[in-house]
Amino acid sequence: MPGVTRLSVRNIRKSFGTHEVLRGISLDAQDGDVISLLGASGSGKSTFLRCINLLETATDGDIFVDGEQIRMVHKNGRSHPASQKQVDHIRSELGMVFQSFNLWSHMTILENIIEGPMHVLKRPKAECIAEAEALLEKVGIAGKRDAYPAHLSGGQQQRVAIARALAMKPKVMLFDEPTSALDPELVGEVLRVMRALAEEGMTMLVVTHEMSFARNVSNRVVFMKEGLVESSGAPEDMFGSGASPAFRQFIGNFGNGQ
Amino acid sequence: MATLELLGFGSTGWGALLLVATLMTLAVTATALAIGAVFGAIVASAKLSGNLILVTLGNIYTTVFRGVPELLIIYLIYFGGSSAITSIGNWMGYEGFLGLPSFASGALAVGIISGAYQAEVYRGAYLAIAKGELEAASAIGMSRAMRVRRIIMPQVLRFAIPGLGNVWQLSLKDSALISVTGLAELMRTSQVAAGSTRQYFLFFIVGGLLYLILTSLSDRIFNRAERRANRSMPASAMGQA
Repeated sequence: MPGVTRLSVRNIRKSFGTHEVLRGISLDAQDGDVISLLGASGSGKSTFLRCINLLETATDGDIFVDGEQIRMVHKNGRSHPASQKQVDHIRSELGMVFQSFNLWSHMTILENIIEGPMHVLKRPKAECIAEAEALLEKVGIAGKRDAYPAHLSGGQQQRVAIARALAMKPKVMLFDEPTSALDPELVGEVLRVMRALAEEGMTMLVVTHEMSFARNVSNRVVFMKEGLVESSGAPEDMFGSGASPAFRQFIGNFGNGQ
Repeated sequence: MATLELLGFGSTGWGALLLVATLMTLAVTATALAIGAVFGAIVASAKLSGNLILVTLGNIYTTVFRGVPELLIIYLIYFGGSSAITSIGNWMGYEGFLGLPSFASGALAVGIISGAYQAEVYRGAYLAIAKGELEAASAIGMSRAMRVRRIIMPQVLRFAIPGLGNVWQLSLKDSALISVTGLAELMRTSQVAAGSTRQYFLFFIVGGLLYLILTSLSDRIFNRAERRANRSMPASAMGQA
């Protein structure tokens, strides 16, 4: 449903001690949006992503997932979720893909994928398995369903991690530097899966250093600097004449082998 | 011939008693290990809680019960416990000595000590879990209880198997000390057989062999369990265990 706001974040702030990592960030994602979050390391982009599904608790600000606001309680200058149950529910609607895959090492590939649907969503096992097999087919690792994560390459593990997140039928997918831990020759296979997902209309928020993905796949680029959105816009503008000097400098540094 | 008769199952043989004693050692050790698992799990979670008071209590437990001789703990529980019960009995009008059951008090004593070692095993096993896997469990919407059940417990058990094998071996040998309470386990029975036949070498060597059989059999079981648990490990790590 284009036009539906899947994710809305208002004025998020986050401090670690006296250091303010996020200094008021807002962002809306409509259905089907693919937003690339770019920025130098330390600009707060990963922290921002982790605040959205409450792996980090924002110090201030509001988060709405599919219109539902995450209720927060502010007490003594600290802030925490009002209901852990709501947090768990919201998290089940947000797919998260980590830099280091984080597959459950004691479970086979298939078990990793059906774990969430079966135990969190309490859906029937046969159904979960059928869907998991279709997802494995889709990410191109159907032959590995009974292998353990440690026996797969990084690229394969990351594709399984994407399938695991998709098995929850999430409303928004969050990617936290999904290709940064991969050998260069394995990056392509993961980006291809992400591109296919984008073309299917999945709403995606991607923290990345892959400029080609930001430029060619996403429909919006957000450039973060020192805990703020420095500039944002369509990739044609951001990578064209509309780039801010800071962003131009950032991608310039990138071209020089950073 | 006479030797064989002494070890046989006939009326003058000690075979049947030694067999029962071996099973008794096995039973008291298994009970102690189970008691220790409960204490160990509680102490390990206290030490991992991050709460200063709980951490301190946990540290006191492991320091005390790993640092004090096993025999002292057994005396403390069996004789201390018995004399406490006796004085309660006397106060209620019962004349005479009331002993604690030697199986229960022995298993409790060895269990408490085993718990101190198991706590360290479980704590190490928990710390070996990749934190990212716990985060992934949270991110998919698992409640805390579900994370413990589905992600933490299976991995703690997997990582704990080699350490538990060592603790089992320790407890098996500690159980020999329970002989001081008169429980007819392997040590005590070997001692009685040796004393009453004056065949000291024979019965202590046979007793030793029976302990060896127990430990090597259990070694084998733990190795098999470890191999099974390691199916999911990378090939490079499999050779090491």
